[in-house]
Amino acid sequence: MASLKDIKLKITGIKKTEQITKAMNMVAAAKFRGAQERMEEFRPYAGKFSGVMGQLASTANPNAFPLMEEREIKKSMVLVVTSDRGLCGAFNANIIAAAEQFIDERKSEGKEVAVGCIGRKGHQYFSKTDVEVPIEITDCMARVEMVDARKAGQECIRLFLDGHIDEVHLLYGRFVNVVTQKPTFKKIVPISAIDLAEGDSGEEESGPKATYIYEPAPEEILGILMPMFVNVQIMAAMLETACSEQAARMTAMDNATRACSDMINELTLAYNKARQASITAELMDIVGGAEALKG
Amino acid sequence: MANKLNLEVVTPTKLVVSDQVDLCTVPGTEGAFGVMANHAPILSTLTIGEMHYEKDGNQVRMAVSGGFVEVSDNRMTVLAEAAEIADDIDVDRALRAKERAEKRLQEAASGREDIDIARAKAAMARALARLKVAGKLT
Repeated sequence: MASLKDIKLKITGIKKTEQITKAMNMVAAAKFRGAQERMEEFRPYAGKFSGVMGQLASTANPNAFPLMEEREIKKSMVLVVTSDRGLCGAFNANIIAAAEQFIDERKSEGKEVAVGCIGRKGHQYFSKTDVEVPIEITDCMARVEMVDARKAGQECIRLFLDGHIDEVHLLYGRFVNVVTQKPTFKKIVPISAIDLAEGDSGEEESGPKATYIYEPAPEEILGILMPMFVNVQIMAAMLETACSEQAARMTAMDNATRACSDMINELTLAYNKARQASITAELMDIVGGAEALKG
Repeated sequence: MANKLNLEVVTPTKLVVSDQVDLCTVPGTEGAFGVMANHAPILSTLTIGEMHYEKDGNQVRMAVSGGFVEVSDNRMTVLAEAAEIADDIDVDRALRAKERAEKRLQEAASGREDIDIARAKAAMARALARLKVAGKLT
């Protein structure tokens, strides 16, 4: 059995760790609220955007757009959105595992795969593997900005239009609730007509559709808005991942804090037992000595 | 209330304006146009520039860049990448952006090829629009 002093030292050490994890939990909780707010603020914009896109797609002939062209898939890209920082449980590991599975599936079908990384954790992982990483955007998750989403979106579109890549899937940590975050795929390039139509039906307005005046022509507007639509989707994914990340960190740190207090309880029990044992031993000594003197 | 237009200006970061207005003028790609209540449905892309709206005789000026506007059923939605009300404009920042853009354009004119002229011009237009709206353009 460890000595009394050893146990005592261990308890103090764990108490300190507990304090840190507790503080990190609270920081994550505060950041989570901010991230959630930003996610919700973005929603009306994204919702309206896809609504208008849907409406336009039903008017214009979508097949005329290079961004909607469905080609035979020779090389696909997965745009992995992870967090910049660790210590958030299995959050990033789950996303990366999902990406790996995606890559394996495509490879077994004889297709090539590239990986685009948003967020440092994904980049750290994939830069060490042998897959091609044409996009890397790091240090962007603490405060998600449209600029970063646009950068990623433009790059995706360029790679697609150059014929370098035939499809782009977005992989992000979907925020289900505070305890559940789910790695989720979403195909963003080429833009599919079905996706656009879905955006339309999601709108609240019903009844007969008014005929719009379009300035410029619907095709032209759609041509301008399509790249923006890709950016908007990436932005939404980034915001959601940022929110999930903080939620995951909250849970992870909460678990860590609880594990710490469990350990402290156990160690305190061991400490008290050891103390008791030493007192009993001392007592025995004294009693034994007294008996010997008497004899 | 029937003769008011329900205006919403939305950017990726926030809902900038949500109000009942009498008139709203926006910089469309094919030219600026004004919208009043009962306007026919219209969908137009926006360019960088100045928009303003009037409510009970008061005029509010805003700088917008990029995006589009949709009008239907007396509801007008402006989806812009950035939109700022005149009082909220950071004049110093706009001035700096203008100087930077001017410098870049000059350098490009004197033969440097690594400069994205389109981007510099867009930055210039954004800065000018902000300054104009803020009333700081000399």
